[in-house]
Amino acid sequence: MLVQNLAVLVLAGFVGFAVISKVPNTLHTPLMSGTNAIHGIVLLGGLIVLGLGVEGTLNKILLVIAIAFGTINVVGGFLVTDRMLGMFKPKPKAASSQATDGSDGEVKR
Amino acid sequence: MNWVHDVEFIQCLYIIAFALFIYGLMGLTGPRTAVRGNKIAAVGMALAVIATLLLPGMGNWWLIVLGVVIGTVVGVPAARNVKMTAMPQMVALFNGVGGGAVALIAWVEFRHSNGFDGEPAYVAIASLFAAIIGSVSFWGSNVAFAKLQELISGRPVSIGKLQQPLNLLLLLVAVGCSVAIVAGSSSEILIILVLVAAAVLGFTVVLPIGGADMPVVISLLNAFTGLSAAATGIALNNTALIVAGMIVGASGSILTNLMAKAMNRSIPAIVAGGFGGTVTASAG
Repeated sequence: MLVQNLAVLVLAGFVGFAVISKVPNTLHTPLMSGTNAIHGIVLLGGLIVLGLGVEGTLNKILLVIAIAFGTINVVGGFLVTDRMLGMFKPKPKAASSQATDGSDGEVKR
Repeated sequence: MNWVHDVEFIQCLYIIAFALFIYGLMGLTGPRTAVRGNKIAAVGMALAVIATLLLPGMGNWWLIVLGVVIGTVVGVPAARNVKMTAMPQMVALFNGVGGGAVALIAWVEFRHSNGFDGEPAYVAIASLFAAIIGSVSFWGSNVAFAKLQELISGRPVSIGKLQQPLNLLLLLVAVGCSVAIVAGSSSEILIILVLVAAAVLGFTVVLPIGGADMPVVISLLNAFTGLSAAATGIALNNTALIVAGMIVGASGSILTNLMAKAMNRSIPAIVAGGFGGTVTASAG
């Protein structure tokens, strides 16, 4: 099992290197936030250890906290990334819609 | 409906999930595809969580629901209401809780298996690696958050020449206790020492770094959390964790390098020199 997992680990590392080649500077922070959301996958670790059974109250409390942390990481991470990207996404449209909005506004006034 | 709980079927779902992660990340590197990329990765995550809940023998449902609900109730409003200018510290906080989750899981693994008694050595090593890095990441990210939020001074807080020896000492304590655990000791004080030494290390590494360098440090801690997630995956024999964690570890370190370059700084200068700002100024 270990050897298989190590093979997967190494290959995944190269995929990670390959995916990030050219990133425009403006996308650095959203990309960081996006990868941050993806390592929220540790949530699965909490689910597995708690779900497949642990004894003891302290263990259970710690795992509930771990699952809560993992969920915050996942949900918050993706939402924040989406909000950040929302700032740049509609640039070409925003330029034109702003123009029309502006003229509409003027007409209405 | 028994095939739903088949481990091979779940593995297939994991494969689809990490394919979506990779495709989503590729999208995130381009301005036009970024929004869609993020959503694709989120779908992958939802799939990975559902697949895990299908594992045969899952129980403790109420506690799982409790954890997820607490996380959602805290995470969603935090992400929704944060001001645009406060985004970087929010990312630091989310990164921190991820690292905290890793450290907690490693701790429970230790308690549950009675000091990794009867487990293969690699499980113990991977868990302890995750415990150290996760704890460093949790406390380091919290310091980064506090600095950017101006809860504490954003200026470099240096403790002078003692800095590097102190960091080295803390690392040696954490690694030394880990070695003792792998060698067969099962006293719980050791794992607590590992976690505490790593926590203090998180403080002493990040405290001396100035506010302007913080985004690079957060990105570095982000890559660290990814690596610790991959280590947890090795310990728990879970492919999804290994792949997603390692992708974040690798892409995060590349990204850290890109960010440092964009600021005309080098990573060693940022991390090693708490007084980096002044040193480069006097050197240059």
